[in-house]
Amino acid sequence: MLSTSTTRIAAFTTAVIAFAAMSGSALAQKKYDTGANDTEIKVGNIMPYSGPASAYGVIGKTEDAYFKMINDKGGINGRKVNFVTYDDGYSPPKAVEQVRKLVESDEVLVVFNPLGTPSNTAIQKYLNSKKVPQLFVATGATKWNDAKNFPWTIGWQPSYQSEAQIYAKWLMKEKPGAKVAILYQNDDFGKDYLKGTKDGFGDKAASSIIMEESYEVSEPTIDSHIVKIKAANPDVLLIYTTPKFGAQTIKKTAELGWKPLQIITNVSASVGSVMAPAGFENAQGVLSAAYAKDGADSQWNNDPGMKKWIEFLDKYMPGADKTDGSLVYGYGAAQTLAKVLEMCGDDLTRANVMKQAASLKDFTPDTLLPGVKINTSATDFAPIAQLQMQRFKGQKWELFGETISGDIATE
Amino acid sequence: MELFTNQVLAGIATGAIYACMALAVVMIYQAIDHLNFAQGEMAMFSTFISWQLMQWGVPYWGAFILTLALSFAGGILIERLLFKPLAKAPVLTNVAGFIALFAIVNSVAGLIWDFTIKQYPTPFGSSPFLGSQLISTHQAGMIGVTILLLILLFIFFQYTRMGLAMRAAASLPESARLVGINTSWMIALGWGMATAIGSIAGMLIAPVVFLEPNMMGGVLIYGFAAAVLGGLTSPLGAVIGGFLVGVFENLAGTYIPGVGNELKLPIALALIITVLVVKPAGLFGRPIVKRV
Amino acid sequence: MSAAEDVVTEAPAVEAVPKRAMTLGLGTSLVVLAALCLAPLFVKNFIIFQMTMLLIYALAVLALNILTGGSGQFSLGQSAFYAVGAYTSAILMEHANMNYALTLPIAGVICFAFGFIFGQPALRLSGVYLALATFALATAMPQLLKLGFFEHWTGGVQGLVVTKPDAPFGLPMSQDMWLYYFTLAVSIGIYIASVNLLKSRSGRAFMAIRDNEIAASAMGVDVALYKTLAFGVSAGITGVAGGLGAIAVQFVAPDGYTITLAISLFLGMVVGGVGWLPGSIVGSAFIIFVPNIAEGISKGLSGAVFGVLLFLVIFLVPHGARQVAMIAQGLIAKLKN
Repeated sequence: MLSTSTTRIAAFTTAVIAFAAMSGSALAQKKYDTGANDTEIKVGNIMPYSGPASAYGVIGKTEDAYFKMINDKGGINGRKVNFVTYDDGYSPPKAVEQVRKLVESDEVLVVFNPLGTPSNTAIQKYLNSKKVPQLFVATGATKWNDAKNFPWTIGWQPSYQSEAQIYAKWLMKEKPGAKVAILYQNDDFGKDYLKGTKDGFGDKAASSIIMEESYEVSEPTIDSHIVKIKAANPDVLLIYTTPKFGAQTIKKTAELGWKPLQIITNVSASVGSVMAPAGFENAQGVLSAAYAKDGADSQWNNDPGMKKWIEFLDKYMPGADKTDGSLVYGYGAAQTLAKVLEMCGDDLTRANVMKQAASLKDFTPDTLLPGVKINTSATDFAPIAQLQMQRFKGQKWELFGETISGDIATE
Repeated sequence: MELFTNQVLAGIATGAIYACMALAVVMIYQAIDHLNFAQGEMAMFSTFISWQLMQWGVPYWGAFILTLALSFAGGILIERLLFKPLAKAPVLTNVAGFIALFAIVNSVAGLIWDFTIKQYPTPFGSSPFLGSQLISTHQAGMIGVTILLLILLFIFFQYTRMGLAMRAAASLPESARLVGINTSWMIALGWGMATAIGSIAGMLIAPVVFLEPNMMGGVLIYGFAAAVLGGLTSPLGAVIGGFLVGVFENLAGTYIPGVGNELKLPIALALIITVLVVKPAGLFGRPIVKRV
Repeated sequence: MSAAEDVVTEAPAVEAVPKRAMTLGLGTSLVVLAALCLAPLFVKNFIIFQMTMLLIYALAVLALNILTGGSGQFSLGQSAFYAVGAYTSAILMEHANMNYALTLPIAGVICFAFGFIFGQPALRLSGVYLALATFALATAMPQLLKLGFFEHWTGGVQGLVVTKPDAPFGLPMSQDMWLYYFTLAVSIGIYIASVNLLKSRSGRAFMAIRDNEIAASAMGVDVALYKTLAFGVSAGITGVAGGLGAIAVQFVAPDGYTITLAISLFLGMVVGGVGWLPGSIVGSAFIIFVPNIAEGISKGLSGAVFGVLLFLVIFLVPHGARQVAMIAQGLIAKLKN
């Protein structure tokens, strides 16, 4: 008779839920999963605070400071955010260890903004099998936009491939027939850009791209690669590098007295940490695409969003280097999470967090460019998909053209 | 042919970076008889100190001299505080100490000065040198300073009492003590000099690779390779080794089809190992005969 | 500079450890074994996972200990062998659908061969030169794994995701617990084999070479053979550890096997005590837990705190855990009298 009683209980539970739903605000239903209760929401995070990618550790520190600010203002729907962040040293085995610690020992509600493609790939299967949201990952690989196979993983920034496609399409339109050379970092980041560029050129790829040159992060300088590329004499140089090598490339081409059209990846478009060290006089006319405002760019001095950002930095991260793009990034990502948690209301279950993360409509964090909006849906797990082309002039970027959407789904 | 000449010139320019670092490596090897894995980080830290001094308004050469003095003192201090107590510990424990020092210096620099790259000035300017755009005046200046350092070191080790005493203390500590050399202080002095030379290397390298806490990671590997190739006991060998590594690496990256570009560091290292197998003491090192 | 040849009576880089001092007594061994067997029954899955990693790194440290502590050869390239083992297991499991347990001996054999071959040029090198050669191997490995040529099998820069095995025969235990006991069994097997190896004729040959190569050769030890053999055995064990690591972490990528790993393993050996096999597990605990402790003390300065802790350890006990064990043994002996 077990089956009958089970059915009865089920029917009764359904009735209770239906009743609760109908009674609405009068009897607000509070639902929690591990990591959330009436007073606290526990958010987990991993960052490379040590090791080769330690420059990005600032993102984690910014997010930590952001949630301190939120808590000082009363928290989210009355609950404080408890931000637990661990160091993974940019090593996949360590990432797995730390994420398991977050989920099984600290019992966080979600894992938010873990950084790096290798680390995220290592933890993706685990988090999806545990049904723990892997929210707004800090990498631009295309594979995070795959709601069907990995419903618990969602990206945040525009994908590297879609950005590269934008460059390829722009070149085909504005510089038809130009000979293109690509300098890329030999890792997942560089290879994604390479693929995006080729896809963007389509059947013109073979005739347009005359050289693909890779370098390793361990190389002290990339002078030799630039000398080699110059010998092939391309019209356009696509710079798919991290900031240090981006600055070296712009400086070296100028020293060689060589002036190709240069397009630099958004990752290395920072005024303060790439253009200034490379020398403003060398950087004139360089192109890029952007989705966020640059903290070192004077054109945003009177922007209300950036004023809030500066106010936040002055109070919660005094002494921070405002030219560091990671401060803008961390702020924007943390603000997106705060928005999602706010939308969750009192239903702080992991399923609902995921549902709300996939229901963002025209959300605009303070630090995104005007016109760039965050939109997600049950099938679109790529929150930021818009970019705008920009040209470096004087000491700042000048935006031109319209915001372009570069959404591409995982094949 | 033009590409070949260009790559050789670019290789010499990059090689100057390695040569500079290799000199510092040889210096410490002369003093303590092994390699210091934290040397690159110490050079980076010195460079940051000079940068900070310049931010505070000290002119370039003033900052240069001050940094040199501070690095010399800092090197001695580190030896006295951290490595003298380990003098009796096994060699491998000392190596672990170097790794600990590496971690400390890198982390502290990151906390004080952040990880964003910083522009570093050069006293030589960066216009083309002698009409060639491949070597800038800065790189020419760097080669000049390296050669000057080499000559000074040669004179020091060959003709000064101090230099000879230091060599004796490193290679035959027992005998050196018997003839009245204070071997313990020779080691400290070696640390000081190595750190000072490292700081020069750092200040010359920073304008090319930009200043940031991880700037010496790659450079140190090449510096070691260059010093080992040239022979760890020979400053001249280290400098030549630096230029050879720079040129060879560029040529391997340019002319070995297929994997040359992706594997230029491994190929360069493999070549060095091949040289070592044939000539175990490096190109210019003294062969060592062991006694049972 | 001078043409004169230096004649050096060099102290061996690695001090002599008598072979009896390389292991633990039977009683202590049993206590440790019991603790390792029972502990997982009382802790969370996450801790079991950490303990599995502890055993895996202990195996890798043990392998380095056989090479350095046993035969006196120095290596900063263990991460390369670890990577080859990990990729062998991962590729066999994912591309050939092979059972995970079967991939481990294959990983071991492949790494043994790789180590043996690498040992040939290494023969002519010693001290810092050998350090550089092995260092070169460690830096080259991630670049080799990324090569487009191997990409079909290795997954290139993206790496390979590995499926975690379930407990066999319907045993009622979690994947983590099963993998832990499996790793424990493999580790015990390798530990016993290693102890016996060092006590055997080959082990005595290793130690003779470590203590004085020229004298060993004069006594008729085939120095070349035993030195390359030591490299092979060390690489083989590291390979098995790498394979187990790939299964436990469920992912292999070039970024997981950089020089940082080689340096960690080296630190593990020093902290555990060079030449003292039981110290391997202490060293492994150091490289897994101390970074976590350092991070807990300060996020921004985690590297510095780690460095300071490491300095403290080597100041207090320059001979690592072996020294602690010796002191403890001395105390116990005193109490008994």
